[in-house]
Amino acid sequence: MTRLNLNGTPVEAAADPGTPLLDVLRGEMGLVGTRFGCGAEACGACFVLLDGAAVASCTTPLSAVEGRDVVTVEGLAPGDELHPVQQAILDEQAGQCGYCLSGIMVSAAGLLARDPHPDEAAVIAALDRNLCRCGVQRRVVRAVLRAAGAEVAR
Amino acid sequence: MSTPVEERVSISSGGVITVIAGKVELGQGVLTALSQIAADALGADLAQVRLVAARTDGGPDEGLTAGSLSIQRGGPPLREACARVRAACVAEAARRWGVSPDEVTVRRGEFRSGDLTATYADLAKALELPMEDVRAVQEERDYVGTSVPRVDLPDKVAGRPRFIHDLRLPDQLYGRVLRPPSPAARLARPAPLPQDLRVVRDGSFLGVLAETEAEADRALGRLRRLTEWDDHDTLPDERDLRTYLRAGPHETVPVCEATGEPPEGEVVGATYSRPFLAHASMAPSAAAARWNPDGTVEVWTHSQGLFLLRRALADVLGLDLGRVVVRHVEGAGCYGHNGADDVALDAALLARECGGRPVLVRWSRADELTWSPFGSAMSVDVSAVVDAAGSVRSWEYDVWSQGHISRPTYGGEPNLLAGAHLERPWTYRAATDPPPQAGAGMTRNAEPIYDFPRARITGHRLTRTPIRSSALRSLGAFMNVFAIESFMDELALAAGRDPLAYRLDHLSDPRGREVLRRAADAAGWGRPGLGIGFAQYKGYGAYCAAVAEVEAEEELRVRRLTIAVDVGLVVNPDGVRNQIEGGAIQATSWTLKEQVRFDRRAITSRDWESYPILRFSETPEVVVELVEDPAQPSVGAGEAAQGPVAAAIANAVAASVEVRVRDLPITRDAVIRAMG
Repeated sequence: MTRLNLNGTPVEAAADPGTPLLDVLRGEMGLVGTRFGCGAEACGACFVLLDGAAVASCTTPLSAVEGRDVVTVEGLAPGDELHPVQQAILDEQAGQCGYCLSGIMVSAAGLLARDPHPDEAAVIAALDRNLCRCGVQRRVVRAVLRAAGAEVAR
Repeated sequence: MSTPVEERVSISSGGVITVIAGKVELGQGVLTALSQIAADALGADLAQVRLVAARTDGGPDEGLTAGSLSIQRGGPPLREACARVRAACVAEAARRWGVSPDEVTVRRGEFRSGDLTATYADLAKALELPMEDVRAVQEERDYVGTSVPRVDLPDKVAGRPRFIHDLRLPDQLYGRVLRPPSPAARLARPAPLPQDLRVVRDGSFLGVLAETEAEADRALGRLRRLTEWDDHDTLPDERDLRTYLRAGPHETVPVCEATGEPPEGEVVGATYSRPFLAHASMAPSAAAARWNPDGTVEVWTHSQGLFLLRRALADVLGLDLGRVVVRHVEGAGCYGHNGADDVALDAALLARECGGRPVLVRWSRADELTWSPFGSAMSVDVSAVVDAAGSVRSWEYDVWSQGHISRPTYGGEPNLLAGAHLERPWTYRAATDPPPQAGAGMTRNAEPIYDFPRARITGHRLTRTPIRSSALRSLGAFMNVFAIESFMDELALAAGRDPLAYRLDHLSDPRGREVLRRAADAAGWGRPGLGIGFAQYKGYGAYCAAVAEVEAEEELRVRRLTIAVDVGLVVNPDGVRNQIEGGAIQATSWTLKEQVRFDRRAITSRDWESYPILRFSETPEVVVELVEDPAQPSVGAGEAAQGPVAAAIANAVAASVEVRVRDLPITRDAVIRAMG
């Protein structure tokens, strides 16, 4: 059994410790919001926050998250609430097919947690490991800046 | 038994009106736009209208979701079906209230006559009554023309199951397919396999089954190590596609025959090209299938054409059409014919061996980048006779390309990848093209919109090739517009004339002139370093003009694109903007970076390192001007920006660094090479 804190709750995973975290999340944990894109940490679709840092869950073995905090897109905000980044993505309609969005929102949430007031260059730099094929990059950047503004307002 | 007014429309006791879509959501927002059309036609509240995913059982056969035609072609039958439902309910209300149907109004889901009111739920019974004639009613536009938020985004933003990859059918297995290492490779000999591997084999088609995704991946790895292939070289030289495309055999496609001899004057010409391009969806293709005890097969797919896929599957599996049911589940954006149909056959072949258990098959990243059909490489020779002022007197144009359509059943073959690998193989035919009335393929937009006194335009389609090609967003239009608009720029500059004025001098179409002017004004035309590109998609679709501003220092990058577009009546303004922005950014990626790589044996661009696409840090700002003409019918927006953006970028590079790059992609190295 591997113990980890998943979206704020202690859980145990039964899978072989070498199993990619992505497969554990989508399989055993039933959290399918984290996407498979490439299996080579080259697209960002499978990003999760590991102790606050955005990492590729497709190449992270389960054993590497023993005792650590893992946050997926489902856990960015408690319950049915939306994280400011999620709300801003809706407000800006910053999506087309939406497949890349989970990983992008995870990257952005990680950024805002360590830098609540990023400028545009910082947002772009934080998202540069995430690919999007539909071409909503500019909308996403606007949304993340908007989310940062919303946090300022609090 | 009564026949429902509309099989695709049903009303729940809670008043929810469910409409089965005839078009599929590909991330372009079509379910949202169709919901708006349906709500207005019904006189319903948008919140009570549910467009549900297309399917072959009970849903309408509206052909493909492709070609920027969903609003143009899918809108009218939907509007008509909804209008019939509304009329039936109006008639029922009138009957109950003892008034004439003319005295019944319906708005936001409320039927009213004087003080009497009723809802769709109250009147739902009317759908089961025999219909008399339906009188046309003037519908109010409560939703069409407004930026209604996307109906599918809330699920996707919350990470809820929505994609086909998230399907979890009862007792589901996971499957993987071991593709050959190259297009020509076939299984050398079946190796003795360990007992604990669940392998499905038919000829050179090999797949594995497992209880979890992780086990399926491990099993696939083991199977790969145990398998030997016979292989040989069949691919052309990727550095000389110009020769390859011209070598033939060809089918010659005349687009425009010139009359009379060419006029006297200076003759100028140029050759342009693009490489093979990949769809490069963010998600590898996936599908699920289940063989039921009653002999039916259910298939879940993100295909663009459910009814075509059903026919192709029935052919390969040797089943009656009626035994195959195909349902749509959303995938990632596909931008044309990717592996969606192919993986559906993979799933059906694996599920056939599973005694009724459903199987979800997902391709790998490498499968998606190497086995999905590509957008064909293309090459164009264009020449013009110009007068003393540099204006075009005569135009000659030849485009060389593979075909742009090899969708299921085109040319009479199923055209599903695994079919070619079976013990009794099917032929995977070279791609063909849609007929001109359906927008053509390699010759899409080969005919310029300009008023040239004389023109000869010919397409040359390669009819034999080892490289699969099929529809990629805008088909041949991307290349043809790039070539035409690059050459127009070269002609303008050679004549010492402003490229915008030069185009306007050759253009009488008023809507075309307007979008050119609007894009130029919005971009501040007249500043140095700008490039412009323009076309009317397919010659009858959206008008689109793009102005690019580039930066050519250490790296070549596009700073800003300013785009004016006229799609006639706009159903969803923000939806149109989103499609144009996305199309423009994707076209920037194609133009600056993309090229399918191969050696003489196999496709070698198999991951995001070897097939790089545009990143956040390389993405231009995109400004969209909607030139709305509500009196004109709605046309699609999804593909309008592709060609104009490529040409605008090339022309901006020429304006900025005085270098003309005629062969895509326009990389930093290509610019340096062109500096010679």
